[in-house]
Amino acid sequence: MPENNDAEPRIGVFICHCGSNIAGYLAMEALADYAKTLPHVTFVQRNLYTCSEAGINEIKKGIEDNNLNRVVVASCSPRTHEPLFRSSCEEAGLNPYLFEMVNIRDQCSWVHMKEKEAGTLKAKDLIAMGVAKAALLKAQNPILSEVTPRALVIGGGIAGMTAAQGLARRGYETVLVERQASLGGMLNQLNRLGPSMIDAADVVQQKIRAVMDHPKITVFTEARVTEVKGFIGKFQVNIETKSGIKAIDIGVIIVAVGGTPFIPYGMYGYDGQTVITQLELEQRLKKGSDPELKNIVIIQCAGGRSKERPYCSRICCQTAVKNAMLLKDHNPETNVYILYRDMQMYGVENEEMFRDSKAKGIRYIHYDPSTPPVVESNTVKVYHPLLGKDMTLAADLVVLSTPLVAQEDVEETARLLRVPVDENGFFLEGHVKLKPLDFATDGVFLCGSARFPANVRETIAQGLGAASRASIPLSKGSVKVEPIISVLADQDACRGCGLCVALCPYGALEIENTPEGRKVHVIDVACKGCGVCAATCYQHALSINSYTDEQIDAQINAFLD
Amino acid sequence: MLDVGRHPNINLLAYSEVETVKGQAGDFKITVRKKARFVEENKCTGCGLCSEKCPTIVSDAFNEDLGTRRAVYAYFAQGIPSTRTIDPDHCRQLNGKKCGICAKVCQAEAINFDQKDQILELEVGAVILAGGYDVFDPSQIPEYRYREIPNVVTAMEFERLLSASGPTGGHTDRPSDLAMKAGIEPLEKKIKKSLRGLEKFEKQYNRTSKEFYTQYTSGDIEKDDDQNKWANQYEEHLSLLEALDALKEKVKTFGPAKRLAFIQCVGSRDFRFYPFCSGYCCMHSIKEAIIANEHEPETASTIFGMDIRAVGKGFEEYKIRGGNTSGITYVRGRVAEITEGSGHNPIVTYEDTRERTVKSEDFDMVILATACAPTKGIADLAKILGIALDDYGFVKTDFLSPVDTTMPGIFVCGCAGSPMDVPESVAQASSAAERAAEIAFQSDVEKETAIA
Repeated sequence: MPENNDAEPRIGVFICHCGSNIAGYLAMEALADYAKTLPHVTFVQRNLYTCSEAGINEIKKGIEDNNLNRVVVASCSPRTHEPLFRSSCEEAGLNPYLFEMVNIRDQCSWVHMKEKEAGTLKAKDLIAMGVAKAALLKAQNPILSEVTPRALVIGGGIAGMTAAQGLARRGYETVLVERQASLGGMLNQLNRLGPSMIDAADVVQQKIRAVMDHPKITVFTEARVTEVKGFIGKFQVNIETKSGIKAIDIGVIIVAVGGTPFIPYGMYGYDGQTVITQLELEQRLKKGSDPELKNIVIIQCAGGRSKERPYCSRICCQTAVKNAMLLKDHNPETNVYILYRDMQMYGVENEEMFRDSKAKGIRYIHYDPSTPPVVESNTVKVYHPLLGKDMTLAADLVVLSTPLVAQEDVEETARLLRVPVDENGFFLEGHVKLKPLDFATDGVFLCGSARFPANVRETIAQGLGAASRASIPLSKGSVKVEPIISVLADQDACRGCGLCVALCPYGALEIENTPEGRKVHVIDVACKGCGVCAATCYQHALSINSYTDEQIDAQINAFLD
Repeated sequence: MLDVGRHPNINLLAYSEVETVKGQAGDFKITVRKKARFVEENKCTGCGLCSEKCPTIVSDAFNEDLGTRRAVYAYFAQGIPSTRTIDPDHCRQLNGKKCGICAKVCQAEAINFDQKDQILELEVGAVILAGGYDVFDPSQIPEYRYREIPNVVTAMEFERLLSASGPTGGHTDRPSDLAMKAGIEPLEKKIKKSLRGLEKFEKQYNRTSKEFYTQYTSGDIEKDDDQNKWANQYEEHLSLLEALDALKEKVKTFGPAKRLAFIQCVGSRDFRFYPFCSGYCCMHSIKEAIIANEHEPETASTIFGMDIRAVGKGFEEYKIRGGNTSGITYVRGRVAEITEGSGHNPIVTYEDTRERTVKSEDFDMVILATACAPTKGIADLAKILGIALDDYGFVKTDFLSPVDTTMPGIFVCGCAGSPMDVPESVAQASSAAERAAEIAFQSDVEKETAIA
C-alpha cells in the first residue's frame, strides 16, 4: 500500500442519502456545498446508497480520477459498514486506514427527523470533524498472526459434542472439556425426545460413542478450563483434569456450556414429591410411569416470564406437551391438564404435536399471570376464562414447567473468556440477527442453550453452525488483526510504571527491561485498541493508532470553529 | 449481500435456475440456465440511467405492486449484482416496437438486445438449497376480504409501506387514499386536454371561454353549432375542475393510518390451509406495530392472536415493551370476519375470549400476518435434486440431522426446510455450510464418514 502520509491531504467526501433515511431529513445539497468549503477537501459526491455496488464504484472512481489520498464517507454506522468502505479504498489503491467514517444517520437524521435545520447543522459539524481527523490519518498495515490448528469446545452436552464432531470431521484437532464424569449433559437426564419420541438415551449414547471414537477429538471429563490467555489463533488454555493441569495451545474456542432448569423453591408448593418440576417428571417417566396417578396438572411459566426472569424459555411448552402425551400413552384414563399463558408450539413439528395432544384428550386452560393457578393439597384452582368461572381440578401430581436459566458459574466463564452475558445471564452473541453464533471477541463462538434455550434439533443445528464459524480461521491458517491498537508513541516518556499493564483488560501489555530502562511493550495481536492504557498514561507515552491526541484535538477544534 | 457479492470465493449466478443435477455427494454435475438480462454484466456500472429514461412503466413486484418500476430495472435499490435487467415481457424493443432508448443513453454500452440464455455446467462436491418461502395469498380466506377491502393489506405490503425506500417513503398511507390520490394525475391530464380544446375556440373568437359563457347563458349571442359545442365543452371543463378541487380537498384530509389491527395466523394454524405455526409472524407484527408507532407516535395497534409466540432471545421482552411504550394492545382470539365500514375503514369482528363477548371494532388499516408457504417451484426443484419433501412441501430433514436432506451431499437451510426467523436461519446457514464443507474439502476417507 502506498504510504502517502506526508503528501498534502486530498480529501474526498462521499455523502450517502441512504435512500430517504438521511436525505428525507437533512438538506443534502447544503451538506455537499458545505463539505466543499472544508480544508483539504478536493472532491465531494452524493450517493443514493454509498454502500451499493454503484456507490462503491463511485468511491473508487473518485479516488482514481481525483488522486484522492484520504476518503471520508458520511453515512451510517461504522459497526456495519466501515469494513466495506475500507476495503473499497484498498481496492482503489488507497491504504484502508486513510479512511474516516462519519455517522450522519443513526445519531443524526434518525433522531432529528423533525428538525431539518438543526439536524443539517449537526451533520455539517460531524462532517467537519471527520474531515479534520482524516487530514491527520496515517497509513496502517494489518497485523498478521498464525492460527494454532486446534479447537477447544467447552461443554460436552449435545451442543458441544455436535460442534466437536463437526470440527473433527473437517480434520481439525479438537479438545472437548466436560465438567461432569461423562459426556451428554442434560440429555442424560431426559426420557424421550419429541415429536418422534425417540429415546434420549439412544441419541446420547450414539453421540458419545462417535465423539469418543473419533481420533481427532480429545475428551477431558471431570475437567474445567481454569485459565485462558492470548487471543484468536494463539490462546493458551489451562485445563484442570483428574490428572493435573494441562496447558494446551488453542486456535479457536466454542462455548457450549448449556443451561440448567430453574428450581422453583417456594412456588406453587414445590416439594419434589407431589409438586415437581418438568425435569423431575422426565426422570420419573424414564423409570416408568406410576399407574396410580389419575389426575395430573401441569403449570407452564412457573418462575418464567416474570419480573425476575422476563424471557420466554422457548422449550418448556413443547416439553410439557410431549410429557403429557407420554402420560396419556401410559394410561389413557389419566386426566392431564396444562395450564398455560401462551402455548409456544412454534413451527411445523411442535404445532403438529400440539394438535395430536388435544386429540389424545389433553386439556388446556389459559391463565392470566394476574390470576395464577393456586395449588392446594390434591387440587389446583384456576380461573377458566372461556367459562368465566373458577375451576377446581383434582391433582395427584402437579408438574411445574420452569424456565431454563444460565449456569451458576456463567459469570466466571464469561470473565475467563472475556465475553459478555446478557441481562438474563445467557451469553451475548456478536449480533442478535446476523451473528448468532459468534462473539464480538474474535476466535470465540457459541451454540446451544448457553446462548438461549434451544431444543435438541435447534441445538444440533447450532453446534454444526458454530463448528462452521470456528473452522474459518482454522482453515485460513492465519488471521489479520486490525492495526488500530495501542503503540508506545513516545519511548522516552515511558517510565515503566506499569499502571497500564495492570489496567489492560486483554493482557496485551507487559514491562520489558531495555537498555533505556523499564519500558512498556504492546503485544499487538492481543490489543483491541480500547484505549484504556492511553487514557491512563499520565506521561502521554501511549497512543492509539487512528485515535491520536492530535487527531482528536483536531476534531474538537473543528467542532468549536 | 454485498459481502457475498464481493467475496473472492463466491461465484454469484443471479437470475439463474438449476436445470439438471447428476452424480453423487462429492461429485455432482449441475447445469444452470443463466437467463438473458439483455444487459452485459461486465459492462453495466449500475448507474441506473437506463431505468430513469425507460418509457415503459411496469408494476413493481418488489414493492408488492404498490409502486412502479421501468421495463429495464434493478429488482430493488441495493440489489446484488447491481446489473440492470430488461424485462422481456414489457420491453418495447424486445416486443417488436420501436424504442431502444436505454441502449442510446447507456454510456457503458452495456445494453445487448441479442443476448441469449446461457447454459453453464458446474462441478461441485455438495449442494445447499436455500430457496426460502412464499407469502401465503390471503385472498383464499373469504371472510377476510383481502383484495375486496383496499385497506386490508398483508404484512409484507405493510413492510413496504413502512420502508423509507418503499412506495410511500415510510408513511403508513392507506391504499384507499393512495388510490384516490392516484386519480389526481389522470384528471389533471384530462383538464389539460379540455383546456386545449377550449383554447381553439378562444383563439378563433378572440375572447376567453368565461366571457363567452356568460354571454351564451345570458342569451346575448346567437347559438350556432360551434357556440353550442364550445358551451358544452366549457361546462364539461368546469365539472372536471370541480371534481379535481373536490378530490384535492378530500386528499388534504388524508393522513397516515393511526389505528391498526394486526391479525395473526392468516393461513397458519388453519386446517383449510396450513395447519402448522409459521413461527415468525407474531414477531413481525409486533415489530411493524412498534415501527409504525415510531413513525407516527399516535399510532395505536391491536394484535389479535390465539397465542403470541414470542419465543426467541429477547422476544418476550420486546413484546412487553411494545405494549408498554408503543401503543400495542394484545387481544386473545381469532378474528372471525372483516367487513368495510364508512371511509373505507375495515371493521374487525372477533371474540374477545377473556371477556367472552363478540365485538366489532373499526380500524384505519388491517394487516394480515400471512403464513409461511412452501415456495412455488420447490416441487420441481426437489425432483431435479432428487430430495424428498414433507406433507406440506418443505424439504424433509431428520430431527437429529437438521440440515441434511434425504439425498447425501445435498443440504437445506432456512425456511425451505421449515418456517424460522432470521437468527435461526443464519445459524442454520452456517450448519449447512459446515456439512457441505465436510464433503467438499475433505479427503475421500473423511468424505465417507461425513456422508454416512
